Amino acid sequence: MKNSLYIVIVGCGRLGSYLANQLSRVGHSVVVIDANEETFDDLSPGFSGFRVVGDATQIAVLKEAKLKQADVLFATTHEDNVNLMVAQIARKLFNVAHVLARVFDPRREQVYDQLGIETICPTSVAAEIFMLAVAGGRAAQGDAKP
Amino acid sequence: MKVLIVGSGKTLYFLCRNFTAKGYAVVIINRNREECVQLARRLSATVVCGDGSDDVILKEAGAMGADVVLAITPNDQDNLVICQLAALTFGVPRAIALANDPENVEIFEKLGVAAFSTTHIVGSLIEQRASLEQILNLLPVGQGRVNVTEIILDDDSPVAGKLLKDINLPENALVAVVIRDNKPIVPRGANELLAGDRVVLITLPENHGPVLKVFTGEQI
Repeated sequence: MKNSLYIVIVGCGRLGSYLANQLSRVGHSVVVIDANEETFDDLSPGFSGFRVVGDATQIAVLKEAKLKQADVLFATTHEDNVNLMVAQIARKLFNVAHVLARVFDPRREQVYDQLGIETICPTSVAAEIFMLAVAGGRAAQGDAKP
Repeated sequence: MKVLIVGSGKTLYFLCRNFTAKGYAVVIINRNREECVQLARRLSATVVCGDGSDDVILKEAGAMGADVVLAITPNDQDNLVICQLAALTFGVPRAIALANDPENVEIFEKLGVAAFSTTHIVGSLIEQRASLEQILNLLPVGQGRVNVTEIILDDDSPVAGKLLKDINLPENALVAVVIRDNKPIVPRGANELLAGDRVVLITLPENHGPVLKVFTGEQI
């Protein structure tokens, strides 16, 4: 992998803008896409990437973000289906090497594993940490089961 | 036939009315509770209230035994996911998605989902009805990449009385059939075109206008 990656982030909400700021700061080329221009206010003054206003489910918008050149795509909008559609287009039509979609519904995650789309489910991740905390609490009390 | 339709609005209503009249078993999935109540009152269809891209809702609507799933919501991403879930999770033999953005027809097909665009269909209908009175039929085939057009040559046609080989056709166009006195002929260069002939043309959307101009003399 190159040192500086071309990264497209779809959705500039809390997660999208956080990722954009961090990745831009460490020297990657970042493009952020969001349908709502106001969300770009969350980008830090140091953000040196590009902003594209538009609906990422329209291929014209993805072309404008030069998705063909991208090494990585993150789909982080608050809509599972938008993320799944954009991720599939990026992976299968634009051949983007690394594609990751946020999917809130854990059941939808399994279906898209079948289709070769990598997903991250905040619900499952959080649940796992909570469960670990429960298990850890028990361990501290000395009654954890092996 | 068991048809499961996810969508809203008048298109959904009239489509369902049509299908139930034909005796199909129709199940509707709609997110809006009020609209669901109205639909259930007015149609002899089963109505399930919820998100059609949620597999629990699809299951409740009986996706497992459906012959066809039709996703016609105003959001292309929902239509895509509904059809993928129907096919992958429930093994529905035919899942068809509406592509609100005409460019998504091709994308959906590449992602393995059958799709159609009302923009394409209505657009070609309008062309067919409104563009030229000489056009008898216009049929887009090959997902709209090829047009099959039937026209009638009137007395003013610039090609009436000409041999086919003397007609200067734009590239990628073909005179497929000439119908004269109800007899279809597949013409060759030595065949003559006459006023009153019905001519079936194969064109591409790019050269459709120029080709028609050759035969009718009119600018489109």
